[in-house]
Order: sequence, then structure tokens, then C-alpha cells
Amino acid sequence: MTLEATITLDLGTLHLDVDLRAESTEVIALVGPNGAGKTTLLRALAGLLPLATGRVQVDDHVLEDTALRLRLSPERRPVAVVFQDYLLFPHFNVLDNVAYGLRARGENRRLALQKAEAWLVKVGMAGQARTRTPQLSAGQAQRVALARALATAPGLLLLDEPLAAIDASSKAPLRRDLRALLTATPGARIVVTHDPLDALALADRLVVLEAGTITQEGLLIEVAARPRSDWVARLLGVNLYRGTVSEGSLALPGGRRLAVATALTGDAFGLVHPRSVGLHRVKPEGSARNAWPGEVGGIDFEGDRIRVEILGQPAIVAEVTPQAAAELGLTDGGQVWATVKATGIEVYPA
Amino acid sequence: MRWGRVPVGLWVPAAGAVVLVALPIAGLLLRAPWSDLGPALASPDVRQALLLSAECSFGALGVALVLGVPLAWVLARVRFPGRDLFRALVTLPMVLPPVVAGVALLFAFGRTGLVGRYAAWLPGFPAPFTTEAVVLAEAFVAMPFLVITTEAGLRQMDQRYEEAAATLGAGPWRRFWTVTVPLVAPSLAAGAALCWARALGEFGATITFAGNLPGRTQTMPTAIYVLLESRPEDAIVVSLVLLVVSLLVLVTLRGRWLGTG
Amino acid sequence: MPGRQQALRAFVIACVLLSACGEAGPAATPSTRLSGSLIVFAAASLSEALTDNRTQLGVANPGLALTFSFAGSQQLVAQVQAGAPADVVATADEAVMQKLVAGNLVEPPRNFARNLLEVVVAPGNPKAVRSLRDLSRPDLKVVLAAPSVPAGKYARQALDRQGVQVQEVSLELDVKSELQKVESGEADAGIVYVTDVKSAGRMAMGVEIPVEQNVVAAYPVAVVKGTKSHQLAEAFADQLISGPGAEALRARGFLPP
Repeated sequence: MTLEATITLDLGTLHLDVDLRAESTEVIALVGPNGAGKTTLLRALAGLLPLATGRVQVDDHVLEDTALRLRLSPERRPVAVVFQDYLLFPHFNVLDNVAYGLRARGENRRLALQKAEAWLVKVGMAGQARTRTPQLSAGQAQRVALARALATAPGLLLLDEPLAAIDASSKAPLRRDLRALLTATPGARIVVTHDPLDALALADRLVVLEAGTITQEGLLIEVAARPRSDWVARLLGVNLYRGTVSEGSLALPGGRRLAVATALTGDAFGLVHPRSVGLHRVKPEGSARNAWPGEVGGIDFEGDRIRVEILGQPAIVAEVTPQAAAELGLTDGGQVWATVKATGIEVYPA
Repeated sequence: MRWGRVPVGLWVPAAGAVVLVALPIAGLLLRAPWSDLGPALASPDVRQALLLSAECSFGALGVALVLGVPLAWVLARVRFPGRDLFRALVTLPMVLPPVVAGVALLFAFGRTGLVGRYAAWLPGFPAPFTTEAVVLAEAFVAMPFLVITTEAGLRQMDQRYEEAAATLGAGPWRRFWTVTVPLVAPSLAAGAALCWARALGEFGATITFAGNLPGRTQTMPTAIYVLLESRPEDAIVVSLVLLVVSLLVLVTLRGRWLGTG
Repeated sequence: MPGRQQALRAFVIACVLLSACGEAGPAATPSTRLSGSLIVFAAASLSEALTDNRTQLGVANPGLALTFSFAGSQQLVAQVQAGAPADVVATADEAVMQKLVAGNLVEPPRNFARNLLEVVVAPGNPKAVRSLRDLSRPDLKVVLAAPSVPAGKYARQALDRQGVQVQEVSLELDVKSELQKVESGEADAGIVYVTDVKSAGRMAMGVEIPVEQNVVAAYPVAVVKGTKSHQLAEAFADQLISGPGAEALRARGFLPP
């Protein structure tokens, strides 16, 4: 089952303008900073928000087409949603919640309850059928919400921050379970999340939404190789700069020019791995053609590496060995010099 | 409140409120000639009035539920021009003096009334002097209580549950019955209790519109009023019967539906 | 005392006559005018007559403040028994007044007017009601006053004496409500006082009940014991029997006592 959607929509100060395609062969993570419009896009696909212009189609069913003045209400769409707060009906027990969609679509009571029981087993909630939903823990509620959505065999499954309510220590196993369940489910699946770790664990393809538009999308590997948005850069933990390149020099906003080894000209990205950044106590002599002073903004210990955030023009994150850090005598607020070889900056067109 | 003291500024007025309500009732209880209770209840007029009051007050509640809940829903959920004015109009019977309400009902449903002149022949039409007229008068003054309370409850409830139900495939009617009504039930129950109590105690509109005939239109309040003129002691006793019956119904209703805690 | 009452009465009449002639002001000296405030509880059927009375007295006695409370006789009596601040009580029923006498709440009452019953119907008498007997017709909607109201009690007496079986649709709590139901067209006929039919004017029509079938209602007035305006109360009661009050009553159709 395939989703094809072209959507423009205005909500408050947000102007959403996207072109989205999802195949049933991959789980899509819709990522981006808060306020980017991810939940809005989800609600529009579910039919809870009307489009300004556009068209939404799942397989052969046209769910919405503004040109034809066609709009299916949410109940008539083959779309199921797992909401951020789960929204389990408090006046129904777990089993009745899961069976709700089946009953709503006309299934007879006994059959619906049987199917619901089967789903509870699948999500690991067998035996909790009679529990009142307010008594569930966040993790349990999430699983019930999932079962409820999946029970209706939707052509398009939308999950809005499915792990946001889960505490950090329980996330890892739940992520695995969720991933297993998602891959076993037929149909297009879109997971909205602002947490890069969720995106990495759950999805095959990333769609990065920033301020209402898609700034980057692709397979994880592609995206990781060529980040085109701040969000992805942060996800990968790399330094990303955008500017204009000409004659071996990348001009950044703010004035600084970085020497780069490329014949490209025009609008471009410059990617610098933290490991390619050299740190020195004093201004260094040597081959590195890019060197500038800065102040240590923060020091993070990542396993056997030290990540150092340096505030300067431009800001940069460096990764050094503990020995190097010790030798440099790095402290918060301390003065250092950052150096990057021209060859250490990967440049590609924006 | 288990963790702190109740401030004096709150419990003193609260106690005052209790006294205000309890004192007149205590007066009734003390003055009542309890020995007359048996003969008073045995009187066919009193029994008839009690039965009729019960019938009509619940009938009025029924009318209020069938018409008032959908109205509350429209007022809470549908945006239309003049909605605020319309809401004020709907609550008008609450501020209208009951006798004026009765007169208004005559203008509409009386023999020469706007609707009455054409429809009086319909079976079950609430023409003056009929029992249906009593139900109508009571529903007219009591329905706003149900509408106001239920509308407030609908506004306060989390509408996202209805969205969730829609995404699962539930149409508007199913959503209303399986999600909206259960979630608004506490407000609805409170409104129903108020409505029923108001209907039971209605006097001015009933007497003006429906009249007073034992067995057909003489409700408890009217019977008590008449008794007060001929046998005042019996009037007190009968009032207490009404009080006890009302209390029983109200306690049952609130206890069950609101899940007292 | 009686002589003084006479003088007062004559005085009041003179004032009224003079003011009726359009004099600028009363020729009376301030000390003989009626002044002070009085609260009078009176049966509903007396409302128009007594209101007229107050208007008359008001012209000649600007210092007089008369407050009326009109209601069913039973209700008035109950209120007085409960301690309501009435100075004078006038009921439509002697039996009801006896309750106050028995309770030692009033001074000896005096009858000041009489009233007769009449059948009231819509103008033009569309249902052709000719007699008490006609009221038993099944095609008529008949309203009566409740038995606890004097008019209702008397109506029942009259009907029972003639052996007429009426299926009334309502027993109204006071005569005015009963009249209102007939005037508005909700009911076809009712039994009220002659004075009520007269007060309805063009809104209703009366069908006479022959004297031999009729019941006479006697109206007693009494001064409430312990009133602070004893003199004024007596004067007011007196003028109801003979004076501007009596004239006002006559004008509205009441019979002399």
C-alpha cells in the first residue's frame, strides 16, 4: 500500500508545504525540530485538518482532493493513528478499547473481541484484557494504543511520538518491540518523532521537516552521508556549515571564510567530522589552512572519546582522545585554537 | 484535603450555608404532626397527587433529555452566527417568573394559541387542563438546567477522544453514544438531578397553564397549597413526604452516576 | 365615639364631593383629614372596588397611605394567623372570618356588602349557556374555584342544590384566575360573582342565576386586634358600610349588606 500526498496547509504561523510518498516496504520517520509541523501533517493525513490545497491518496483511494472538492471524513479513511497521549478511552477496559475500531466498522461483538484478544497477545498484553485503562503504565498504554490502531488493518498507520511518554530506561526494549511490530505490519507506516534515536531505531527512511517544508529525505545511509539540515547534523553528531563556495573558499554567513579543496562553485554545504578538528593551546604553525580561536563551551565524555564544543566564529565540535584532552588541559571556558585542514572539509552542492 | 487546615474564612460561611438550609427543614420536621402521617397519606387526593407528581416530573425529565441533550451538544460544538444570543434565549425560562411562563405557554398552546388553535385535536397534545400540559409546563421551566449543565460538561471534556474514535472508524452518531455521552455522564447526571427536582417543585406555571384537578393536573405542590388553606397540619406532613421521596431519588441518582468518592 | 365617627365620615364625604367638583384643594382643615398608613387584607373579589375607593380617598386625604393585599380569603386568614401585619381584614366568607374571631385575632366583624353568583361565559355566549343545568353539558369546558375558596364553596352549594353534575376541568385557586380562564377562551364557562362579571367588561358575558337557585355571599370586615392605627382602621371599615367605600362597592355591583 502506498501513500501519495501533496499538501499545503496553514495553521497559525505555520505554513506547511510538502510532497510526501510512502511505500509499504519501508517505515518512514518524520523528523525535525519542535514546531516544524510534523503533528500537523499527521493530522492532515488522518483527516482531522482540512487541506488548503492538495491531494492525498492511499493506493487507489483518493482521501482528499481540493481540486475536485473531495474530502473523506476521518472515519471513512483507511488511516489509523497512535496519538501522543495514546487517548485510550477511559470508560472502556483494555479489550474494549482494542475492539473499538472493529465494532465501529460493523464487526459483530464476539468476533471483534476475539480479534482484540489476539492483538493483545501480539503486543504482549495478554491477560490484561479487563484492566481499566487509567491503571496502565505508560509502556502498557502505548502497547494497547498500538494494538487498537493495528486491529483495524489500516492502509496507513501514523504514530505521533510513540515513545515520548516513556521514561529513558524503558525506551530501549520498547523501541525494539515497536520496530518488530512495525516491520511485521503491512501497509505504509509513518512515525513522527523529535528524538533522533527513535528515528534511527524504528525507521528505514527519514523525512526531515523544518518550518513546514521537507529539507531532506532519503535512506538513513544516504542522509547520513550527505546531511542537508541542522537536525540531521545534530543527529549524526557532525559539524555542518552552509555558504557560498568559489575558488576554493567557502564563505560562511558572519564573514569567516574556510579554505576548502574543491572546484565547486555556488551554494554549498561543508561537512566537518569532529575527528577532523585539531585543538591547540596556542595558535599553531603548520599545514592546516583553517585555524581560529574559540572558547570551550562544553565537554562530553562519549565512551573512549571526548567531545568538545567550541564557541567561536564559527562554532565547532571537536572529538579528541582523553590523552589529548589531558595534554591540552581543557577546561570549560578555557581558550583554545581549532584547526581544520582544507581536505578535512567535505563540500557538496546544497 | 488531607494535608492542611481548612481556613476559617471558608468553613465559617460554609457552616452558615448549612444552617440556612437546615433550619427551615428542621422547623418542618419539628412542627410536623407525625401522628397524622397515616391518615394524610391514606387520603386518595394526596396519593393521587404524589403519583401524578412522580409521573409528570419524570416525564418532564424525559422530554428534557430527548430535546435538551442534543441542544446542549449543538450549543457546545457547532459554531453559528448568533449562538450566544440563542443560548441566552434558551435559558430564558430559568429567569421567567413561573406564572409568566404559564401565561406564555397559554399563548402558544392554549385553545386560541399560536399552535393550539390548529393542533389541539392531536392525540396527546398538551392542551390546557390535560396531564400532558403539566409535563410541558414542568419541562419548559426545568429543561434549561439540564442544558446549561450538560453544555458546560461538553465544553470541558477532552474532544480528542472523539478524534481518536473518528480515526478508528466511528461515525458521528456512534461517536456521540460511545464516547461523548459516557464522558459527559457526570455533568449530565447532575443536570438531570437539578432538572427533575425543579420539575417536581414547579407550581406557578403548572397552575396557570394546566389548572388544578385532582387526578389529572393536581400535582403535589398544588395539593399542598390547597391543603394549607383547609388543613395546614396535613400540608406540613405531605410536604415532608415529598421531601423524603425527593431526597431518595437525588441521593440514588448522584451516588450511582457520579461514582461518589 | 360614634358621634366623632359620624363627623369624620361626613367630613370625608364632603371632601370627596368637593374634590369631585374640581376644587383646588380640600376645604377641610388638616386635623380632620384622614392620614396615616393602613394595611388592608381583602378578598380578591374586592380588588377593583377597593382600588377605586383608595383613589377617591386619596384625592381628599393626601396624608393617607392605603396598602392592599388581595388574595383568596383562606390565604388571608392563614397569613393573619401567622402574624402578618394587617390592620383591617375583609373576607368573602363569614365562616372564614369566624376562624379569626375564634382565634381572638380580630374585633367583632361587621358585614359591609353582599354578592350573588353568576355564570360567566365568553362575549356573545357562543356556546348558548342558559342556566346552571347547562353546565353539565359534555361539550362545555367548565372551570370552578377550589372548594377552599368562598366562591368555589358557594358555587358547589348552588350546583348541588339543583342536582347538577358538572365535570369541571379545573378548580382554580382564586376567582380572578377562574375568570381569566373564561376571558381568555381556555374555558367555556365558570361560576363567579356578579361583581366579577361586571369587572370583566367586554371581555366576558354573564348568565344570570335566578335568586331562588343562587347563594348569597356575605362580606364581613373586621379590625385586627393590636393594630397601631385603630382609629384609622375603624374609619376605613365604617366608610365601607356607609360612605365613599360603600359607593365604590355599589358602583362595582355589590349589594348592600
